[in-house]
Amino acid sequence: MHPAYSVIFFTTASGAGYGLLAVLGVLNFAGLLPTDRWFGLTGLVISLGLITAGLLSSTFHLGHPERAWRAFSQWRSSWLSREGVASVITYGPAAIFGYGWVFLEQTSGLWAIMGLLAAVGAVITVYCTSMIYVSLRTIAAWHNKWVTPGYLLMALVTGLVLMDALLRVFGAATDWLSWVTIISLIFVLILKIRYWSLLDTQKPVSTLATATGLGEGVKMFDPPHTGTNYLREEMGYKVARRHAEKLRKIAYALLVGIPSVLLLIAIFAPATGALLAVLATLSAAIGVATERWLFFAEAKHVVSLYYGDTNT
Amino acid sequence: MTSTQHNVDTAPPVADETKYTTCYMCACRCGIKVHLKDGKVRYIEGNKNHPVNKGVLCAKGSAGIMQHYSPARLTKPLRRVGERGSGEFREIEWEDALDIATAWLAESRARSPRRLAFFTGRDQSQALTSLWAQQYGTPNYAAHGGFCSVNMAAGGMYTFSSAFWEFTEPDWKHTKYFLLFGVAEDHDSNPIKAGISSLKTRGAKFVSVNPVQTGYSAIADEWLGITPGTDGLFILSLVHELIRAGKVDIDYLARYTNAPYLVIDAPGTENDGLFLRDAKDQPLIWDRRKDSPAPAHGADAAPAMKGEFEVDGVKVRPVFHLMAEKYLHDRYSPDAVADKTGIKAAAIRRIAADLARVAFEEEVVIDQPWTDWTGRRHDKMIGRPVSMHAMRGISAHSNGFQTCRAIHVLQILLGSIDTPGGLRYKPPYPKGFDSLPRPTGRPAEVHRNTPLPGPHLGFVQEPADLLLDEDGTPTRIDKAFSWDAPLAAHGMMHSVISNAWAKDPYEIDVLFMYMSNMSWNSAMNTADTMKMLTDKDGDGDYKIPNIIYSDAYYSEMVAYADLVLPDTTYLERYDCISLLDRPISEADGPADSIRHPVVKPDRDVMPFQDVLLELGARLGFSALITEDGKNRYPGGYADYLANHERLPGIGMLAGFRGGNGKLSGTGAPNPNQIERYIENECFWFEEFPDELKYFKNVNQGYLDYAKEKAFIREAKPIFLSLYSEQLQKFRLAGQGHGPVQPPHSKRDRIEKHFDPLPFWYPPFEDEINVDREYPLHAITQRPAAMYHAWGSQNAWLRQIHGDNKLYIGRAVAKAHGLKDDDWAKLSSRNGQIKAQVKVMDGVNDKTVWTWNAIGKRRGAWNLDKDAKEATTGFLLNHLIDDLLPAQSGGYRYSNSDPITGQAAWYDLRVRIEKTTADAELSEPQFEPLGQPDGLAEPASILRYGKKTEAAE
Amino acid sequence: MTSLPATTEKKLGLVIDLDICVGCHACAVNCKEWNTGGYHAPLTDTTPYGAQATGVWFNRIHSFEVEDGETSRTVYFPKSCLHCEDAPCVTVCPTGASYKRGEDGIVLVDESMCIGCKLCSWACPYGAREFDVDVGVMKKCTLCVDRIYNDNIPERDRVPACVATCPASARHFGDLGDPNSDVSKLVAAREGFDLMPEQDCKPVNKYLPPRARSFSKEGQRTLDDASPAGGFLGWVDRLLSD
Ligand SMILES: Nc1nc2c(c(=O)[nH]1)N[C@H]1C(S)=C(S)[C@@H](COP(=O)(O)OP(=O)(O)OC[C@H]3O[C@@H](n4cnc5c(=O)[nH]c(N)nc54)[C@H](O)[C@@H]3O)O[C@H]1N2
Ligand SMILES: Nc1nc2c(c(=O)[nH]1)N[C@H]1C(S)=C(S)[C@@H](COP(=O)(O)OP(=O)(O)OC[C@H]3O[C@@H](n4cnc5c(=O)[nH]c(N)nc54)[C@H](O)[C@@H]3O)O[C@H]1N2
Ligand code: SF4
Ligand code: SF4
Ligand code: SF4
Ligand code: SF4
Ligand code: SF4
Ligand SMILES: [Mo]
Repeated sequence: MHPAYSVIFFTTASGAGYGLLAVLGVLNFAGLLPTDRWFGLTGLVISLGLITAGLLSSTFHLGHPERAWRAFSQWRSSWLSREGVASVITYGPAAIFGYGWVFLEQTSGLWAIMGLLAAVGAVITVYCTSMIYVSLRTIAAWHNKWVTPGYLLMALVTGLVLMDALLRVFGAATDWLSWVTIISLIFVLILKIRYWSLLDTQKPVSTLATATGLGEGVKMFDPPHTGTNYLREEMGYKVARRHAEKLRKIAYALLVGIPSVLLLIAIFAPATGALLAVLATLSAAIGVATERWLFFAEAKHVVSLYYGDTNT
Repeated sequence: MTSTQHNVDTAPPVADETKYTTCYMCACRCGIKVHLKDGKVRYIEGNKNHPVNKGVLCAKGSAGIMQHYSPARLTKPLRRVGERGSGEFREIEWEDALDIATAWLAESRARSPRRLAFFTGRDQSQALTSLWAQQYGTPNYAAHGGFCSVNMAAGGMYTFSSAFWEFTEPDWKHTKYFLLFGVAEDHDSNPIKAGISSLKTRGAKFVSVNPVQTGYSAIADEWLGITPGTDGLFILSLVHELIRAGKVDIDYLARYTNAPYLVIDAPGTENDGLFLRDAKDQPLIWDRRKDSPAPAHGADAAPAMKGEFEVDGVKVRPVFHLMAEKYLHDRYSPDAVADKTGIKAAAIRRIAADLARVAFEEEVVIDQPWTDWTGRRHDKMIGRPVSMHAMRGISAHSNGFQTCRAIHVLQILLGSIDTPGGLRYKPPYPKGFDSLPRPTGRPAEVHRNTPLPGPHLGFVQEPADLLLDEDGTPTRIDKAFSWDAPLAAHGMMHSVISNAWAKDPYEIDVLFMYMSNMSWNSAMNTADTMKMLTDKDGDGDYKIPNIIYSDAYYSEMVAYADLVLPDTTYLERYDCISLLDRPISEADGPADSIRHPVVKPDRDVMPFQDVLLELGARLGFSALITEDGKNRYPGGYADYLANHERLPGIGMLAGFRGGNGKLSGTGAPNPNQIERYIENECFWFEEFPDELKYFKNVNQGYLDYAKEKAFIREAKPIFLSLYSEQLQKFRLAGQGHGPVQPPHSKRDRIEKHFDPLPFWYPPFEDEINVDREYPLHAITQRPAAMYHAWGSQNAWLRQIHGDNKLYIGRAVAKAHGLKDDDWAKLSSRNGQIKAQVKVMDGVNDKTVWTWNAIGKRRGAWNLDKDAKEATTGFLLNHLIDDLLPAQSGGYRYSNSDPITGQAAWYDLRVRIEKTTADAELSEPQFEPLGQPDGLAEPASILRYGKKTEAAE
Repeated sequence: MTSLPATTEKKLGLVIDLDICVGCHACAVNCKEWNTGGYHAPLTDTTPYGAQATGVWFNRIHSFEVEDGETSRTVYFPKSCLHCEDAPCVTVCPTGASYKRGEDGIVLVDESMCIGCKLCSWACPYGAREFDVDVGVMKKCTLCVDRIYNDNIPERDRVPACVATCPASARHFGDLGDPNSDVSKLVAAREGFDLMPEQDCKPVNKYLPPRARSFSKEGQRTLDDASPAGGFLGWVDRLLSD
């Protein structure tokens, strides 16, 4: 699939935003966060800012952004619509939560429940996002059990990394959070290993034989047109195997390796903790973007069978 | 909720107005219904009532809108200002254009009419253009048939008085076995598709003989991937098998063909190989019952089909006897031909057995009595349901004429010509030799300011008919009807530029061309052709002094013209598809049709036919002016169509004749004829009574009808010529007999090729290629969704065929380490090209191929300079030489069939090598053509059909 | 509403005969021609005269080579929207622009509601959806909904443009929900099949497979000699009728 930058930015930014929102809501509910309004303001601005920027960018690839409101109507059948509804609904508790924190410096009781609701909203939204992809039978790389955990975990992890940095910048470092983050990163590693090995070994559900009904000995002769077309541009994107391998390694390193090491150092050398955590955040951001780029670029759509791709 | 919330207008008005006319996206000439909305063409669909297409429309026809609105349309007459080929022009007014043309033409006509060469492409006004050229008086006129498929036309006419092309059609309704040779699309493409589909639906068998398995061949029940140029061997091997097994329709042969004619066996004498004739010049047969010679085709003769007889001391044998001797020879046995043809011997035997079974055990009987020429009444029509069709895969070889004859001979042996289930004649065919003209254009017939006394093109019957001057020099610029190509019934347009440049046989002043892209895809040896067009002599004058060209679009050829006469599009003018030209008749009855303007031109253009009429009037052509010297057809071509009479009662259109419009075929001109055609959806079709539908060549009912309609001169039977006495006369001349003989240097060639019975010889390129330096054959095919060059300006069609690949078989790919999209160098004895390959299965393993005419010159057709047609597209034409290598005396024959002069495009032999492309560019590349002023700015986004505010 | 109708009154669709399709592109171009002025007008073309011309088409003709004994065969394969019963392109649509009609099962896009998110084109396994970059909306085969019911054109013309124009009659149109319709009978007789049944879209359009090749239906493989002993052309006189 064509890796559109707007969609990559949308899913990674809003993912991190929702991750951060969820971490803020949950940790606050558990009473584990400072109640300082400036901390709250920064955390929520970053989280909602990422969410909003992501959502806005997702409208960039629309043919008719001005009609985007229509996308809320089909929540009964469409995961994209559900995602839209969930994302908007999540703003409600998040706003109240933020109001209490920033303007009233109130973070417990009802305000905390609002935080928790925002966290639930964040999880649901990210879940819906993942389901947009999982529900597509046409794309085996997405239509599998690793994608939803992947989206949720990736959002959580990027949220955690951000949170860690935030806490360290505000001088409220808690090493256990770094440990949680590192452990989550290891889960990411395991999950991506599993995901990519599935991708490499998966037997295609649809083949040119089923696509044409012409039996196993079928191969493409000529494409319908000598030129390109929307389908070939959108679904026919191909990334070279070697290139993908390299990028996978980069993703492992930037998303898991470097942040884990930086956070480890941060735990043992707290003086540089804030800087390291910010660097870890940047590394994770590029890492997750790389991961997301691959998520699209490596995904093959069954329609490419009709265009001579023998392996989808 | 239901879907009713969505607003769908399921019944929008489609058109403000619909008009019928005739498609011209190719030469199939389907009927179309044009929907016009808000003054624009909204939709073109097939006319359901039309005899040709019965409602269907092909891809090209469906893209007519994009042709009509193409930005490559010329907009105004142009006068060249830059060098030829640069594309630099000045726009001029029509008055000036006509003045210039008149001045050039008048000067040559006064000096010597042969100094004009007037050649036209696939236009459909040959009845007018040939009359115009006759009136001018030049011998140098022809249309494009010489490079197209004259082998099929001549091979057919000399054998069964008709031809493939559109002059016959398989009996789609009754055929049970259909053999197709070398056809990718053909002129009759919609009817062929419909026909094949109906065959397959009925469960009839369809076999395609073709080096490539695409298009029609893809859906054949059996595909025979023959090696190019070897069909003659395959066909004669089938003949071998059938004669060996006695599976020929011997009664049919005895009655309707020249199989029983007695052939004189007197080697070395001037009568050798001619028919034994009686005092009335009637061919004789040997009557078995009377045991004596008797006139052929007598009602109660019992002709002998074999044996040796002596008549007045002359040894004679029936034609069939000679055929059996010739074809039973081992050289035509399946085992002997298998390797060369690439078709397994077992397959050849099986196909012969299939043919015999279907022909003789599955005969079709129609309960319809008919009467033959002797008055014999037949109570049924009994047919052999085997039919065949063939086109350029056969004709575009230097052995195409004889191969085409071989196919007809095979059909005749099976008794399937115009019998139910066989190959059916379409009126006005069959036409016997007495109804066919002989060519005109000898020196004695060409005089200053004087019309030629007859038509240029015709059917030569003996050496004396050739167009030669006293010392044997060709009198035509293209050397048609000379010893180089005696039966060149369609002329040799492919030789005109190179002969005019070489001033061989003489020089000309004006080259006047119409609708043919002669500097590009219709030229052999393209690169040199372009050089000849721009080559100058010592004084800096072009060797071909003046070039006038009529085109409707900015083609590659326009850039080489000195004066450009912009034509209308097919939706903007009158045209006529006449029985005098290439008709659209059906086997069930004659038909013709017209085009009329369904939209008005929005440019300063003029229908070429009107231009010709106007020029003719200005030049004072007697047929085109009134007594007081005025233009006789002030109403232009429409006026001419209705009112011109070729002979009394015979005009361009056969329908709605006579004062009341009730006559057909012949009748006085009807001033309202065009209106009547338009009312009748622009065509006329008259179905025969059932009794006339088969056996037309010997069916007295039909012959009387055909005479009445002036299709033929006499209502006399037309017998089929297995043995061609015309060819034998040339052979005799080659042997040194008769009053007109070839020069010594050409005798062997004539003697060898003018075999009165079809035979196979290797295509010339194969003979030249003895050391197998060029191991592969290279051919082209017509893509269904593209018409030669002129489809590439079409916004829709060029998305389907924007460039072309060189298709190669797996074995070739493996041998040269080639895979899809690799670049390969292809060389022939004439040059070298570079192209991208595509590997496939369904191709003969000694053959590579590509789509025809996709490659374009940069700058042409108002396409982007980097259009894929020009950057990755390519032509094979650069590799095809227009001449054969020099003979021992240095003379170079045209790369054509030695009998008809048909251009031998598909003889091409090549070598392939893997190469790399530094730039992803095909080769050769030429200087981009400049763009004349006045061409439209091509749209960067095309929103054709977008609803306007007003329309919403 | 982009939930699918539970059932549709009719299942209008196409039956495409791969045995007689010659890959001529007539249906594709005629479709383009009709539809560029129809319901989805225009079917935009981008840089149509440029180096890389592309455009919106509702029907495209693919081609394949299939192993077949010693040789292979070439199969042409037209493909347009299959008007699936379980159309994923409909259910994924967030706006309700993509829908399946209850009365005839035609799957349509309502351009005025489409936000151009392209998700439906991702959901369609068959590549039947075409994004018009110029207009920013999704377009697709309408089964010529503006023809088949259009009383402004003669009744016999009320079939999809691609069906009317196919020179080989390789395309058939009708109600595949009615077992007695001509198209249903054809599908039954010729063992019509679904493309990618495993994608669970239940396409309405059916494809008829190429017929098995008959090299020789019956009869002899080789002709016998007519006159083994009768001498040269010994059979001729025997066969001549008098
Ligand atoms: N769509 C479309 N239709 C056209 C045209 C067009 O450009 N486009 N052009 C029109 C014109 S001008 C003409 S002349 C006709 C020609 O119509 P066709 O005769 O169909 O022309 P070609 O495409 O040259 O087809 C030649 C076929 O013969 C095969 N072939 C080549 N060599 C041999 C051989 O030695 N033996 C056998 N058995 N087969 C061989 C090729 O593979 C090819 O399939 O088509 C007309 N119709
Ligand atoms: N390699 C190879 N070369 C071939 C062939 C092949 O099979 N292989 N086939 C040969 C054959 S059979 C043929 S017939 C030729 C065909 O070749 P051409 O006859 O050259 O065919 P086109 O390229 O279509 O060019 C016809 C010209 O007519 C112009 N034209 C179109 N419509 C109109 C109109 O309405 N009025 C006027 N005045 N002009 C118009 C076009 O713009 C174009 O310039 O190609 C030959 N060349
Ligand atoms: S075959 Fe196609 S292009 Fe040719 S006349 Fe018919 S519809 Fe037009
Ligand atoms: S028009 Fe008919 S034969 Fe041609 S590609 Fe379409 S379905 Fe096949
Ligand atoms: S073919 Fe594709 S677009 Fe058409 S209904 Fe099925 S899924 Fe939807
Ligand atoms: S592109 Fe339009 S029709 Fe397709 S899913 Fe999005 S809104 Fe629906
Ligand atoms: S049914 Fe209509 S819209 Fe669909 S492919 Fe056929 S012509 Fe095109
Ligand atoms: Mo031609």
